[in-house]
Amino acid sequence: MVPTHYYLILAAIIFSMGALGVLVRRNALIIFMCVEMMLNAVNLTLVALANQWGNLSGQVFVFIVMAVAAAEVAIGLAIVMAIVRHKDTINVEEINLLKW
Amino acid sequence: MSLPTLDFSLILPELVVLITALLVLIADLLWPRAASRGREQAPAVLALAGLILAGLLTLLAGEWSGATLQGMLVADALARYLNLVVLLAAALGLLLSWSYLPHFSTQRSEYYALYLLAVAGMLFLGKSIELITLFVSLEILSIALYVLTGFHRGQLAGGEAALKYFLLGAFSSGFLLYGAALFYAATGATRLADIAAQNAGGFYMLAGLALFLVGLGFKLAVAPFHMWAPDAYQGAPTPVTAFMSVGTKAAALVALFRVVQAAGSVPVGVWATALAFLSLLTMTLGNLAALRQSSLKRMLAYSSIAHAGYLLVGVVAGTAAGFDAVLFYLFAYAFMNIGAFAIASLLERPGFYAVQDAGIHAADGLFGRRPWLAVAMAMFMLSLAGIPPLAGFFGKLYLFAAAVESGWAWLAVAGVLNSVISAYYYLRVVVGMFMAEPSASAHLRLPLPASATLAVALTALGTLLFGLLATPWFQGISR
Repeated sequence: MVPTHYYLILAAIIFSMGALGVLVRRNALIIFMCVEMMLNAVNLTLVALANQWGNLSGQVFVFIVMAVAAAEVAIGLAIVMAIVRHKDTINVEEINLLKW
Repeated sequence: MSLPTLDFSLILPELVVLITALLVLIADLLWPRAASRGREQAPAVLALAGLILAGLLTLLAGEWSGATLQGMLVADALARYLNLVVLLAAALGLLLSWSYLPHFSTQRSEYYALYLLAVAGMLFLGKSIELITLFVSLEILSIALYVLTGFHRGQLAGGEAALKYFLLGAFSSGFLLYGAALFYAATGATRLADIAAQNAGGFYMLAGLALFLVGLGFKLAVAPFHMWAPDAYQGAPTPVTAFMSVGTKAAALVALFRVVQAAGSVPVGVWATALAFLSLLTMTLGNLAALRQSSLKRMLAYSSIAHAGYLLVGVVAGTAAGFDAVLFYLFAYAFMNIGAFAIASLLERPGFYAVQDAGIHAADGLFGRRPWLAVAMAMFMLSLAGIPPLAGFFGKLYLFAAAVESGWAWLAVAGVLNSVISAYYYLRVVVGMFMAEPSASAHLRLPLPASATLAVALTALGTLLFGLLATPWFQGISR
């Protein structure tokens, strides 16, 4: 059987890739996908740990995270649509009306 | 197998708010199309009634005690004060929305339903004593607020504010969630009480707490995680800004307090020192940035970041007195901050496509035109700056006193110095109102809408009374 900490290390790497992606990418949709990657890395962590601890809290947590992520997708895409109608871009560097 | 008994009586206020949110949506569908006048007012009336009922239920509930719903939620004194702060802020923000909303949207019921959902999320967050519930409550309030921030679809600034808030909010949720997963890794439990009982130490616990601080720091707009706040606060409809700058802070602070209490095995010195530096950075950055703003709303946004720094001082103190001071300051802050945003919203110039922000000189000469409004605004500004005998002064006094008592004298000194910096930009507004001639950019919406006037009167009264009766109020909270 694969030891739990292998999963944890893999999840940590995926999470870091997602976080790095949010910081360096400029396309709102790609940033959003990177956020999803972070959430799924956490899901992997939780499932691995639920197996290790032998209780179901982690698994239940994963289902809830999935539901919340779905709600976030719906809202996020709606916001992106609202912006594209005004300005034909989703590059976050060109969306810069508000600043000091 | 028997089904567990669930005691819903301890979460009645939250249920009332949730049901009202649904009623507001349904009422809009069922209302006869012809009766347009009632149709316009009904959602606001219904929402306000729901908030007041929830507030009364909180006040009359007697002693709240104990966990409910399988140890997911707790109804204690802390949750009760949080309920009152959030419902107060929500009711005041709703009074502002009443006259403000027709300027940019016809979708009243959606607005009020989302508004109530955000309120429900905040109330649940204050009662959460379990990681899953905490996460879900935080997301309920965040997702509703993302939409409300971008509710003004007619202008790009609203969408931009919503996008920035959304992307950074979702990003921070990832950190918070990873923190929760690491707590689970260290202890195998998701209830905060079980986590505290395990008394587990080690890397997972420390890293989990650090990630939690990052996640909640984003929601609190604590520097260096504050980048979204000025944009979101400026682009959002002003009543939403007023409400969320108080409500989100209050709920997230209670959650933060509960989590650092549960992570008791992590040495106090570690997280308290980290929080102290975050607090110092937040108030300094917020105040320095507020000095150079040209929009009144954006200046208030930076001032609200600075206030997140002051509030953290009470959490750093770590004592019961420290958190009592935070609760007192939240009440004071609800009054003075929402009052200031209320006046800012009255000074905005509504247009067909966009609501133009009030510039920093928009209040110039206000005393000559509307003396009472100018006096109220002066009170809010002086109170935010922390000048006696107003509520803000006593709030800061209690916070900094608690910090000194638990050995954080340098942080208290930094807080006082920051208040001096902040006095510059607050007083600039006051001087403009009383001394300057109205400038070309000065504009006042006339006639003054009754609901916004009521909100200004209530907040002004609250700012004054919380200052004059500060000692009995504070004793009431500490008891």
